Amino acid sequence: MKYLEEYRKPEIVRHLVQEIRAITTRPWMIMEVCGGQTHSILKNGIDQILPKEIELVHGPGCPVCVTPLEQIDKALAIARRPEVIFTSFGDMLRVPGSREDLFMVKSAGGDVRVVYSPLDAVQLARENPHRHVVFFAVGFETTAPNNAMAVWQAHREGLRNFSILVSHVLVPPAMKALLSSPRNRVQGYLAAGHVCTVMGWEEYEPIAAQYHVPIVVTGFEPVDILEGVLMTVRQLERGEARVENQYSRVVRREGNRPAQELIRKVFEIAPRKWRGIGEIPASGLRLRPEFRAYDAEVIFDLGELQVEEPAICISGLVLQGLKKPDECPAFGRQCTPQTPLGATMVSSEGACAAYFAYHRQRAEEVREGAEAGKAADA
Amino acid sequence: MSEFNLQCPLPISQHDTIQLGHGSGGKMMNDLIARLFLWAFENPYLNKRDDQAVVEINGVRLAVSTDSFVVDPIFFPGGDIGELAVYGTVNDVCMSGGRPLFLAASVILEEGFPLADLRRVVESMAAAARRTGVMIVTGDTKVVNKGKGDKIFINTTGIGVVEHPWQISAGLIRPGDLVLLSGSLGDHGIAILSRREGLAFETPVTSDTAPLHELVAAVVQAGGEAVHALRDPTRGGLAATLNEFAATAQVGIRIREDRIPLKPAVAGACEILGLDPLYVANEGKLVAVVAAARAQEVLRVMRAHPLGREAALIGEVVADRPGLVTMQTRLGSWRMVDMLVGEQLPRIC
Repeated sequence: MKYLEEYRKPEIVRHLVQEIRAITTRPWMIMEVCGGQTHSILKNGIDQILPKEIELVHGPGCPVCVTPLEQIDKALAIARRPEVIFTSFGDMLRVPGSREDLFMVKSAGGDVRVVYSPLDAVQLARENPHRHVVFFAVGFETTAPNNAMAVWQAHREGLRNFSILVSHVLVPPAMKALLSSPRNRVQGYLAAGHVCTVMGWEEYEPIAAQYHVPIVVTGFEPVDILEGVLMTVRQLERGEARVENQYSRVVRREGNRPAQELIRKVFEIAPRKWRGIGEIPASGLRLRPEFRAYDAEVIFDLGELQVEEPAICISGLVLQGLKKPDECPAFGRQCTPQTPLGATMVSSEGACAAYFAYHRQRAEEVREGAEAGKAADA
Repeated sequence: MSEFNLQCPLPISQHDTIQLGHGSGGKMMNDLIARLFLWAFENPYLNKRDDQAVVEINGVRLAVSTDSFVVDPIFFPGGDIGELAVYGTVNDVCMSGGRPLFLAASVILEEGFPLADLRRVVESMAAAARRTGVMIVTGDTKVVNKGKGDKIFINTTGIGVVEHPWQISAGLIRPGDLVLLSGSLGDHGIAILSRREGLAFETPVTSDTAPLHELVAAVVQAGGEAVHALRDPTRGGLAATLNEFAATAQVGIRIREDRIPLKPAVAGACEILGLDPLYVANEGKLVAVVAAARAQEVLRVMRAHPLGREAALIGEVVADRPGLVTMQTRLGSWRMVDMLVGEQLPRIC
């Protein structure tokens, strides 16, 4: 914790804000890719202390938010089966599928359990030879090595009652997709530190060059985020577009090679659908053919699922950094964590949930102001 | 990439069945209580929404409270379910400023539960009762089929006598009051979680389970009628308690992050698991809302007691934004401290 405290010191934060203020000559829009960073920004009120020229927008980096509805519905269908112990990280349990969520399946008698690691799920499979244990393998590059390890270990031990429901997505293709959009407003990226811990930042270099955007690999503490912003703004002001590493205490350029090796051994790159965004080519992982015996989608023939997704909220725009949560008319009214209209309001890393938890008050002020303005105009 | 195709899931706002979140101490539980129990049982005592009721019989004011204990594991670092079942109810009774006197205890046992474990739990209840000066004067025992319960559930109901003339109730909180917290947050929740999930931290965290009757007596003696509300921040943590206070009294509450005591090991564990210590359960802490004029004296008295050594003045009650709890961060910015919907769930990455 002493190590962490150094990255939360108010005097260092103040100094960084002054530096950012001193070099900023015009407005810049910077996207923090990772939901963990969004959460930290709002929890610590970093957006409140930045100069008004710097606008932070929130990216698609919440694995819970971008897992497509079909996958959630598949998870629910599998979890309902009496022979199955369905395991997942806690975040996924409250994400609504077409009609219900995993908590509801659990309350109706489904054996749904929260685990802290996919290896715990493998252990459950060992301990329950007459049940089939499924792990919901969602997440970015960060969780992929652990999930690969779980499959590898089950394979090595010859466990036949373990499988994973894969919904892995990769960050760099999504960053490229956002920059390619004609509606893109992002001028610089704070890249997700944890993802780069695994993958390094070599694959970001062609993106920075092709789209001429600075990309700064950034950590999660207030000092990390402000240093990341400072490094990005410095490049933007100078007209540069390089990859830089703010999170050097954790991230190496080449990343974690053994972890990457393990991912490659078990998974292959595949197209993936992102909830709220759509399909992005080569943006996901699936099990290699030799590990298909551990693929829950192969084991449980689910057929074609009919998903129901009425477009009544703006979470897709939020995930692309085109809108902020409090710009949604449903925000904090029809849409709350208790009555979520979108996954971004459900997940603790979701941008809408972070706004609701920490800044609902400000949203109300903005709305009251707007309504008062309208009344005055009328 | 295909054309952006905006999608959204359907809302799930209604539940036809009970979910785990309905017992979390968060919004789901509060809604269930307000929309079902309060609505059905409606009376002036219940409507005060305190953790105990103070009823008057022939001029004697009695504090009554009840609580059920379903903790897993039943033995955890720093305590066990038996001790918790006594201290939990004793604490709820004494948060009215009352002196706890008698307990009733109901035990629901699962077929197959080891008798040795039951003996250990019962001895622990007996020791806890002796320590708090209460007598367990009646009880009930039921056994359910294997699989129909989880080892042991204990319900305790407590009665105490309120000997001072003052009212202590969330509804009496006023703007200008100050908010005191008796010690560090989250010890119990993290101790339970680390044991249940087999998580080992560098510095082991032990539960703060403790009886607060002496500390409360000292606080009430020092503060008198200036003590407006007392509550132990158990399920839902400090955030739930402050939100309940703000909603009941229709006031705003502002706290300061840098004033909130937190053990480094708990802070580290919360960091790793993605949990916010403001929402983690405590079993040996109290929050006191006291009129400003007496707050320093109450704080001094709290700090003089072994269970209040780390007590701190963490915030104030304000008139604006009734119902809202806000916190000034270490960086000087402000954020809301909302009540959670259901359980706090560890994050993915």
